[in-house]
Amino acid sequence: MFQYIVRRILIAIPVLLGVTIFNFLIIYMAPGNPVDMYINPDATEEDIQIKKEALGLNDPLYIQYFRWLGNILHGDFGISYTTYEPVLHIITERIGPTLLLMSVSLVVAYLIAIPIGIISATKQYSWTDYFTTTFSFLGVSIPPFFLGLGVMYVFAVVLQILPTGGMNTLGNEGGFLDTLFHLIMPVFVLSMGIAGSMVRYVRSSMLEVLGQDYLRTARAKGLREFVVTNKHALRNALIPIITIIGMDIPILIGGAVVTEQIFQWPGLGQLTIQSIGSRDYSVLMAINFSAAIVVLFSNLLTDIFYTVADPRIKYN
Amino acid sequence: MSMSNMKVEVDVPLSNHPSLEPANELGKEESYFRLIRKRYFKHKLAVVGLFVFLIIVLMALFAPVIAPGDPYDVNNQFEAKPSIEHLLGTDSVGRDVLSRLIYASRVSLAVGLGAVAIYVTIGTVLGAIAGYYGKWVDAVIMRLTDVFMSFPYLMVILVLVSILGPSLLNIIVVIGLLGWPAIARIVRGSVLSIKEMDYVKAGVALGFPVHRIVFKHILPNCLGPILVNATFGIASSIILEASLSFLGMGVQPPTASWGNMLTEAQSLTILASQPWLWLPPGLMILLAVLSINFMGDGLRDAMDPKRVR
Amino acid sequence: MSKSILEIDKNATIETLAPLVEIQNLKKYYPIKKGIISHTVGHVKAVDGLDLKIYPGETLSLVGESGCGKSTTGRAIVKLDPPTEGKVIFEGQNLSEVNGSELRNLRTKMQIIFQDPYSSLNPGKRVGELLAEPLITHKLANHNDAIKKVDDILEIVGLTKHHKNRYPHEFSGGQRQRIGIARALILNPKLIVCDEPVSALDVSIQAQVLNLLKDLQAQFQLTYLFIAHGLGAVKYISDRVAVMYLGKIVELGKTEDIFKTPKHPYTKVLLNSYPIPNPHLRNRERLVIQGDVPSPANPPSGCSFHTRCPFAKAICREKTPDLVGNHHSVACHFPLT
Repeated sequence: MFQYIVRRILIAIPVLLGVTIFNFLIIYMAPGNPVDMYINPDATEEDIQIKKEALGLNDPLYIQYFRWLGNILHGDFGISYTTYEPVLHIITERIGPTLLLMSVSLVVAYLIAIPIGIISATKQYSWTDYFTTTFSFLGVSIPPFFLGLGVMYVFAVVLQILPTGGMNTLGNEGGFLDTLFHLIMPVFVLSMGIAGSMVRYVRSSMLEVLGQDYLRTARAKGLREFVVTNKHALRNALIPIITIIGMDIPILIGGAVVTEQIFQWPGLGQLTIQSIGSRDYSVLMAINFSAAIVVLFSNLLTDIFYTVADPRIKYN
Repeated sequence: MSMSNMKVEVDVPLSNHPSLEPANELGKEESYFRLIRKRYFKHKLAVVGLFVFLIIVLMALFAPVIAPGDPYDVNNQFEAKPSIEHLLGTDSVGRDVLSRLIYASRVSLAVGLGAVAIYVTIGTVLGAIAGYYGKWVDAVIMRLTDVFMSFPYLMVILVLVSILGPSLLNIIVVIGLLGWPAIARIVRGSVLSIKEMDYVKAGVALGFPVHRIVFKHILPNCLGPILVNATFGIASSIILEASLSFLGMGVQPPTASWGNMLTEAQSLTILASQPWLWLPPGLMILLAVLSINFMGDGLRDAMDPKRVR
Repeated sequence: MSKSILEIDKNATIETLAPLVEIQNLKKYYPIKKGIISHTVGHVKAVDGLDLKIYPGETLSLVGESGCGKSTTGRAIVKLDPPTEGKVIFEGQNLSEVNGSELRNLRTKMQIIFQDPYSSLNPGKRVGELLAEPLITHKLANHNDAIKKVDDILEIVGLTKHHKNRYPHEFSGGQRQRIGIARALILNPKLIVCDEPVSALDVSIQAQVLNLLKDLQAQFQLTYLFIAHGLGAVKYISDRVAVMYLGKIVELGKTEDIFKTPKHPYTKVLLNSYPIPNPHLRNRERLVIQGDVPSPANPPSGCSFHTRCPFAKAICREKTPDLVGNHHSVACHFPLT
């Protein structure tokens, strides 16, 4: 098994390299002249050329790539095209709210999906099952931005019990309850999409486990159904489900972009939209890159965790 | 123990004894396709989904006939409430919402079908090559899919579309060029397992060229999972285009897209006071996507008899 | 209708004809990989130095227990699994030197029938399509002629022309095997490798299929390499028998000779397991051996049978015996008399 883990990590290295190359190529393709940041608008063509040379923009592609890679490894993601701040600084400012939003959404999604999936599996073909199937279909079919608008309409505009956006009410920095209030709607939107597909997974995983003979033994021993389901069956059904967490992360990242925009949540998603609007490719590519790295590592961890957790897996 | 005098004869006859067989070529054989179709129609939701989807397709095809007005015509009252003349009111520049709603179906279907067609083609070819030739070709292609799958989908699309410029064609191309990894994986898996089957080896032994074996023997038996994935892919492409257009990075006005009809609702005043502007397009997206997802689910169950419902 | 030379003259030596297939020192090793970078730590020696000549018109059977390498040999002959070492010479041509379209043409002369009737036919194609395809691919017939040929061949194997519109899953195992035979036959090959063609069938059906194979051989002057582990079928259909153990041939000779006077201890063991219907003849002397078949990844030194042979001596452990003899050869230092 250890060998498998090492081999898996080794495979991830060329993928990592590929990610950096791909990312760099997009940066290179993107319009926008980095030179403009450094030059006085009155500069002559000659000055621009000198500056270009100095910045190394005339060097062959692969040299620029390695230079960029080297900078990344030192934490230097360049400078924002709009604010001239170091990109790393901008990102670290914004990463907190996004992480908060994503993690809470993930937890809520699982808290919703797992019980519903279990109930749906145990009461197969009943009305409850029908409802849960409809719920899960709706969860994956409803466009997140539409759900966001709808929820905002109902709760913020009509009922006026929830704030319309942002992370905190003005003048109330850092209040826990206040942040919580602001979290409710974006988390709801984000978790619905994930819960929708999770319910199906939980349901089919549970159904597979529930059919097993060792549960018959448990029942024959006289254990109550509740214990049988939630203690014995669930434990084994959970294994494949937990490993799927890794697959949700890319979805969360994408979903965060739209959700943060609607609710004006000050995270990386909203930063992405702003940067697109202002053509700030420096920031954009840094966000893209960090996101890709996160996804890569979460996939790696998922694979490893799966082999560790399920003793039936054979390592190829 | 003399068996050499036994005559060669047909085994236990089938339900239709040969001598009673009808003379026509088709006979009553049960083709694979017919079997799937039978199973599919057992799922009520899937049938409903198909029905609704067909209506949307008809809506898109006959838009000029069905729509009450011209979706680009700005000569009406701004932000009018729903009335007999404009059943869903008008938007902020005076266009009839209902007409735009109907025409927008064309955009969604174009993206859904176009993008999926592109990435299914790319994915199938790459997956088949990886699965059939194996070794380092397989390894390279698989690492490539890993790289592509590491990037969060929406984000990369946003960046690429912003570089290339937002337009319907660009969206179709970008989604098409980025969506192939999942299909490639599926096809590769199918090819790997089918490659080992005796009937494929028989093809080699019979002297069939590689392209014949791959295209006529291996791939046709992979179609099931590809079709299911493609169906769900159409649904997610539609949502993707809608999200992009909503953010202003997709189809641009004056062309109508369900997504960009919702853009204005980001303003709280419009959200609050003109629900006729954003509720209908949102519901249309939901309807389209839901029906396609039902179809996909029905297809998946129809193709795999072992699957728990 | 010409007969196999053995039928004309039972005492004739078949070796006077030129062989259709000649196998020289065939080896097929599969690497065993271990470790982080998957380096090769050893080999599974499926076939370990095999020499064989197959003569036109004969049925040569390859027998042995599972894993002895007989299927691998069969596949190597039709170049489905290229050998690690050694040569396969078909009609004077070295198969490893033939490639591309030349190879595809050559393949029409040597065909194979598979063991599993359930995976050997493409489930998505009608029988008529399956059978016509080889003709059309090799441009041996146009569409209409192909249909006629398909009809003919279905009748020949004992089905009817109406069956060509049906799908494989609508047939029983025995019928599917007939379709497989039809497919192998339709290109008019000279050699057909029958890879355990009746092992997956019910006993009553086995007889029918074996009869069919025999009739077809006479009708079309076919040469068979018959791979099997069931001795009843082997005795019924073969002219010569080759006994394999752990990737090597240990005895080779005419069917009669092998069954009546086996020379290799292993052959005798195999024959012991062949049920005798006559209860009075059951008290023959039995040869009992110990132990399991050694792993082909780690075959014993010298004679590979020495670990289980009751007659083994020191030399058996040290020196690998060669296959010696003219019409009845054996690879043993102390062959039975």
